[in-house]
Amino acid sequence: MSKFEFPESIKSRPVYGTLEPRPGKSHLMIADAEGAEAILGLAVQDPSLMAKTHIIYIPKGTDFGDKLRALNPAQYYEGPSYAASVQRLRHVLENAHQGLQVYLTGTEGLMGQAQNEAMQAGIPHTAIQTEHRGSVARRMQCVHCKGITEDVMTDPFVCSHCGLNLFVRDHYSRRLAAYQGVCIDAEDPGNVPEPKELYT
Amino acid sequence: MSAAPQKAKPGAEAIAVTVSAVVPLNDLVTRFEFKRSDGEAFPTFSGGAHTVITMNDDGRTRLNPYSLMSDPADTSTYAISVRREDKGRGGSLFMHTRVKVGDEMTLTYPVNLFSLDLRARKHLFFAGGIGITPFMSMIAQLERMNGNWELHYSVRSEALGTYVDELKYKFPNKVHVYYDDQSQSIPLEHLLDGQPLGTNAYVCGPKGMIDWVHATASAAGWPDAQVHSEEFLKPEPGKEFEVRLCKSDKTITVGENESLLEAIERAGVAAPFLCRGGACGQCETDVVKADGEFIHRDHWLDDDQHASGEKIMPCVSRFLGSLELDR
Repeated sequence: MSKFEFPESIKSRPVYGTLEPRPGKSHLMIADAEGAEAILGLAVQDPSLMAKTHIIYIPKGTDFGDKLRALNPAQYYEGPSYAASVQRLRHVLENAHQGLQVYLTGTEGLMGQAQNEAMQAGIPHTAIQTEHRGSVARRMQCVHCKGITEDVMTDPFVCSHCGLNLFVRDHYSRRLAAYQGVCIDAEDPGNVPEPKELYT
Repeated sequence: MSAAPQKAKPGAEAIAVTVSAVVPLNDLVTRFEFKRSDGEAFPTFSGGAHTVITMNDDGRTRLNPYSLMSDPADTSTYAISVRREDKGRGGSLFMHTRVKVGDEMTLTYPVNLFSLDLRARKHLFFAGGIGITPFMSMIAQLERMNGNWELHYSVRSEALGTYVDELKYKFPNKVHVYYDDQSQSIPLEHLLDGQPLGTNAYVCGPKGMIDWVHATASAAGWPDAQVHSEEFLKPEPGKEFEVRLCKSDKTITVGENESLLEAIERAGVAAPFLCRGGACGQCETDVVKADGEFIHRDHWLDDDQHASGEKIMPCVSRFLGSLELDR
């Protein structure tokens, strides 16, 4: 299993659930890496879903693709990255109708960004299901230069844009789909604690 | 303005008004129009808002909520449309039989418990009978901003189709009317199917219709947050009961034909309220002691709160036995 119990935190931090089949006219499932396992689980719970399902999957080096394809969804797309898949996602949402159910699963960065697209298309965030699977890496925004660093695994880390040493906060932005990174050595430049892996 | 918590007040602030027109629309429904007695402009409101009107019925004070159905941007006039309920508690009969042009009355500032969600890509309205009133102001508001809407309106017969002619004349492509006596009904499942993502549905009408729209939309995968409804409950008559008001040190008797809230007000105790229909939550009151059985009728408290016996909504709920309230 690829599940991880996140520790309790501040209210800003997103809380993820467990995907469940819901009644709907059509279903859109978006996953990366181990998120595929959650989709396989949905298909076991309700095999009839797949006839009305569009799966958008980003393997990130895993080999779940064949298993997902074998579910025989109405549409299946595999993309090399989220950025490469977002055009298709927008196109699907643009042409979607009320009654579409959205299921997001995998890493926080993927779920956050896809949720943002779905919200902009008119779905309330409370109606979008999420389930975390796989890597606990975070998508971080540097509050100083506003640059985004993907897949951050340590705290502190170095901003990939401006090079500042950033402290990983639980303060999250739904609009940016990113956590906030704040300079850790502003008052005493160079005094940076040893980076630690997240949640260790 | 800051979002500092406001102390619950006895009702919204009041406006003194003069009845400027009484327009019978059909056998059951009459429109009442009001101007401010001080000649000033009314506050603007948002589509779907209601006002509580004070009626002085030979010494008995009646306070009934009605949806404002005039154009929200028209600050010269407020209008409500009232359906006569011959078997009701008497408020609508009072309006129909006693209120004349030139009468002085009091309205509260508008309160909106049924507002448009302006994030919606499209607004889908379902009205049943007199449930058309909040949609009249919503439509006026949306027309001014070029909003995307359509109305599906179910009425008993052509003779009782309140505002049908006006709506069909102004918006022939957006208004769809269904007549019960011609065995027509709203094709709800069909209408909910294929609406663009981000459509919000709104329903106002009899309870059965509201439940039907919620259940059908939910089964079709619509998010609950995108299906809105408004139903004002009326306080139902019931057996007389006695209530002790601890803070005010008074004991009152709630008569068969009055609500607990009305009895509290009659005793001269200021109690907060807004909708007087079990929806807004403003009149929520703590129970100190209860010996008997609650008759909860509101939409505000959840089932657990009802079962706990710690709270009551005096605008619509009653009690069998003796009750002590923190009021």
